[in-house]
Amino acid sequence: MKLDNRELIAKKIAEELQDGDVVNLGVGIPTLVAKYIENHNVYLQTENGLIGMGPPPDKDNIDIDLIDASKSPVTITPEASFFDSAFSFGMIRGGHVDVAVLGTLEVDCYGEIANWSVPNQPILGVGGAMDLVAGAKKVIVASTLFTKDGSPKLVKKLTLESSGERKVDQFVTEYANFVFQDGEVIVKDIYGSFSFEELEEKIGFPLKLKITK
Amino acid sequence: MKKLRKPEELSTLFEDSMRLLVGGFGISGTPLTVLDALAKFEAGNYEVVSNNLGDNGKGLHKVFMAGKIDKAIGSFFTINKEAIEAWSKGELKIELLPQGTLAEAIRCGGAGIGGFYTPTALGTKLAEGKEVREIDGVRYLFEKAIKGDIALIKADKADKAGNLVYHSTARNFNPMMATAAKIVIAEVDEIVEIGEISPEEIVTPHIYVDYIVKSKYVKQGGSYIEAR
Repeated sequence: MKLDNRELIAKKIAEELQDGDVVNLGVGIPTLVAKYIENHNVYLQTENGLIGMGPPPDKDNIDIDLIDASKSPVTITPEASFFDSAFSFGMIRGGHVDVAVLGTLEVDCYGEIANWSVPNQPILGVGGAMDLVAGAKKVIVASTLFTKDGSPKLVKKLTLESSGERKVDQFVTEYANFVFQDGEVIVKDIYGSFSFEELEEKIGFPLKLKITK
Repeated sequence: MKKLRKPEELSTLFEDSMRLLVGGFGISGTPLTVLDALAKFEAGNYEVVSNNLGDNGKGLHKVFMAGKIDKAIGSFFTINKEAIEAWSKGELKIELLPQGTLAEAIRCGGAGIGGFYTPTALGTKLAEGKEVREIDGVRYLFEKAIKGDIALIKADKADKAGNLVYHSTARNFNPMMATAAKIVIAEVDEIVEIGEISPEEIVTPHIYVDYIVKSKYVKQGGSYIEAR
């Protein structure tokens, strides 16, 4: 079965996770990652106060006080625990979350991201995005490579509001997996319909190819 | 039981321009019954500290629609169409904080701490005008603690002394808000005898809780409904 772009990105990210990782999944594509975590133990943390998040419940077993950070009903795993918001963000900033998977609107060539302010709309919501960017041990951003109007989300310089000066570790798209090194964007894996040269042309600045899959 | 009140009996506690701390994430863990009453009380011009301004027409949304909120401090107002509209007309002030900063600021407020240094939001628009300090080679942003006049919180169960336990992710901001206001009103689903909640399980000790209100809402499927 051929996966659509969003599912493909989620699957690629699931493959990056290690046995025993504590993982926080953001809204959108990151939420889909949970489906593809196979054959290893990953503990899902949700910043509204739960570690040990399980799959969504069936319709008859919804508890609207048992939700994830997008306010969707979830279940818990046998070793789960609940805590308050201050404790939860202490877990995040304190480096106890191994991987945060976040959506993004833009990523620059250093790995700085803009993932909270929507263009041409008042900036009135940030949620936990900045805490996760600043605090998780490793940050993976998950997004399609191009916006709806076809411009690349991987940019030389951010045009939208930054989510923090901390740089992310990886940018996983439907075409390639990018990592960042001192302003150089390295293509770590390429799997879409574009060649490296085509990818470079579409993005509009030089990339480096170094497959380390 | 000396702390138990009907929601309408609380009206005299509220004065114009008070700062209210209101628990909840979405509407989970929100004191819906107390907020319904608050929307009808005389006082107003409140400054509200809460993650969001209610949801789906419930909770703080009703208080806001009753014209009682001048300023909101929280992390996520994007879902509230009317609030955005009021903000763009200059009728509502909004102070946006990252969710973890909001939680920690309230925790500090209740713990006698004046403020704290956090790496969150460094280099962003939300850091504008705030002190940056390097500690052991790491850059941090200074954030002030938050305290309130009245905290309106939601717990699952109270015993007759006022000890509280919470239910799953409805805990969220409630335990820290219980520590950070002069007066604390806790709405609960159930009231039990002293001794029925194990001391090991109590999250908020009774000394923090001034008044208890029994919730009029029950959960049904995917929503809260008012029970008759």
